[in-house]
Amino acid sequence: MSFTRIAALVPLDTLGHYLHWHFIQISVANFVVIVLMVVTFVVALVAPFPGRRRRKENQ
Amino acid sequence: MSYTEIERQWTTRLRRRFVHLLPPEKLLPDTQPTYVSSWIYVFGVTTLSALVVVIASGSLLAIRGPQWWHTSSVGHFANSLHLWSVEIFFFAMVVHLWGKYFMAAWRGGRALTWMTGVVTFLTSVAAAFTGYVSQSNFDSQWISTQAKDGINATGAGAYFNVLNMGQMLMWHIVLLPLAAVVLTALHVLLVRVKGVVPPFEEHAEVSV
Amino acid sequence: MRSKRFRPDVDVAPWKGGYSPYDIIKEGTIALVVVGLLTIVLAVVFGSPDEKAITIKTWSNATPVDFAMTALSELNQTSSSAQYGAPYNTAAVGQKLGPLELAKWVGARIPINTARDFVINPLKSLPDQPLLTTDLQQWKSASSSTRSGWLASYTKASSHLTFTNGQVNVNATNAGPVPVFINDLTSMARTGALDQALVTQAGFYTTDFTLPLLFLADGSYLANLAQHQHLTGSQWGMMNETGNYPGQAWLWLYTFWYQVAPFSTSANADVLVWGLMMALSVVLLFVPFIPGLRTIPRKTRIYRVIWREHYDKTTAE
Repeated sequence: MSFTRIAALVPLDTLGHYLHWHFIQISVANFVVIVLMVVTFVVALVAPFPGRRRRKENQ
Repeated sequence: MSYTEIERQWTTRLRRRFVHLLPPEKLLPDTQPTYVSSWIYVFGVTTLSALVVVIASGSLLAIRGPQWWHTSSVGHFANSLHLWSVEIFFFAMVVHLWGKYFMAAWRGGRALTWMTGVVTFLTSVAAAFTGYVSQSNFDSQWISTQAKDGINATGAGAYFNVLNMGQMLMWHIVLLPLAAVVLTALHVLLVRVKGVVPPFEEHAEVSV
Repeated sequence: MRSKRFRPDVDVAPWKGGYSPYDIIKEGTIALVVVGLLTIVLAVVFGSPDEKAITIKTWSNATPVDFAMTALSELNQTSSSAQYGAPYNTAAVGQKLGPLELAKWVGARIPINTARDFVINPLKSLPDQPLLTTDLQQWKSASSSTRSGWLASYTKASSHLTFTNGQVNVNATNAGPVPVFINDLTSMARTGALDQALVTQAGFYTTDFTLPLLFLADGSYLANLAQHQHLTGSQWGMMNETGNYPGQAWLWLYTFWYQVAPFSTSANADVLVWGLMMALSVVLLFVPFIPGLRTIPRKTRIYRVIWREHYDKTTAE
């Protein structure tokens, strides 16, 4: 039974792309996710957090 | 009923204990210490929100049963919501874990908060696994026939049969979500009871 | 007041600083809306994978020789399932975690006899097959040594097994009913009847796919498809999803161990890796109590970035 999928503007159903480094093999998708996680962590640490003046007033 | 009798009731004692431990202003605070001033603090609530979306999208899938998403575009979309909310859930949870580790968030009697977090993480991995083998497609055929070797080797495979889709589905939609929700609730309530961990002291000794 | 030694990785000083307004419900609502919207956007843009399940019917039609050879291995009990050990049978001791034979101790609680469950019982279920019925009767009344002789003859000749015009061809002599079994089971598989027979052995309503999944896994078809999708163990497949979708990145450490010695060449790899991961999970659980591990946050001083506003204020004071 076939049906039209509602969306999937960029379906990722084609055969996966993989990165190889020595014995390590990782899909591009997983690699992107892990890099994004590390970047998100670093940005969360360094990005300025709003409300500084209000916290200073409440010291 | 006498006054003493009321005081001795389970209800009275439980209520007093709970209110003492977690009065309303601690359960739903309207202030927080000024050191809570970093974006790293949003990943706990992000993980919690992702869990809500995972459960909501899973509930959508449940409405029409486990085969629905293979034959319906709406069902397939519900499955997509479920997949991506799970990816966001693990993404946020791991960033949250990294942040809490580098804050040494177990300090000040908060070890149980850390531990409930770790158990919740492991429970989530198990919940995701039972989901993957419940997909009723090629992926679940492969994952289950591979995973059986790991689980069988521990002896658990005699009771936890990953090739039994009915069993795996029920663990996925009943037992493990229940465990994950209870553990998450305990974890969040512990944070409310103990408060958010303060920064490291830069001075050597403190009188206690 | 006597000073108790302050352990900076365990203790905190009570907070004597200020508090600022905080709207917890608003924060929770914003987080839920943001995550909800992000989920919808990702689902709309990327969708999700759904590679159709294969059946014994698709397998036997695509690669009938591989199916017939697998069927033979089930009948002569040389297949992976037949030789597995617990929880399916007692053919092997199974994996050991040091001196612990965990699987064997629990026992064969999902008893499977591959000759009976994968070949004989399904063939018995076919109606109106007088020749097959005679052969099944011949098999039933034969001694185990006679059966072994038949199987040995057929197995020896099976290296030249071919499939033409819907027939399995093996030039075997003194193989008894074995050629008929393999040929008829292959035909049965190609109609789809074997898929059904394997599942409904336990009754009409069943959600237990143990038998057909084990049968599929004993052959090469499922594994070749998995290899194509980069899902096998040596391809770090535990982390992967079909297509270009992100998979289970959180399993990176679990699958890592399988790639390195001694696990990569050990017959006990599964139980060893499981044991190691359980031990590491316990370590993670007890980090608050482990000196050294619980000191790393203070030593690495990443906290100074997180709480920089606080430290700026206290330095100014």
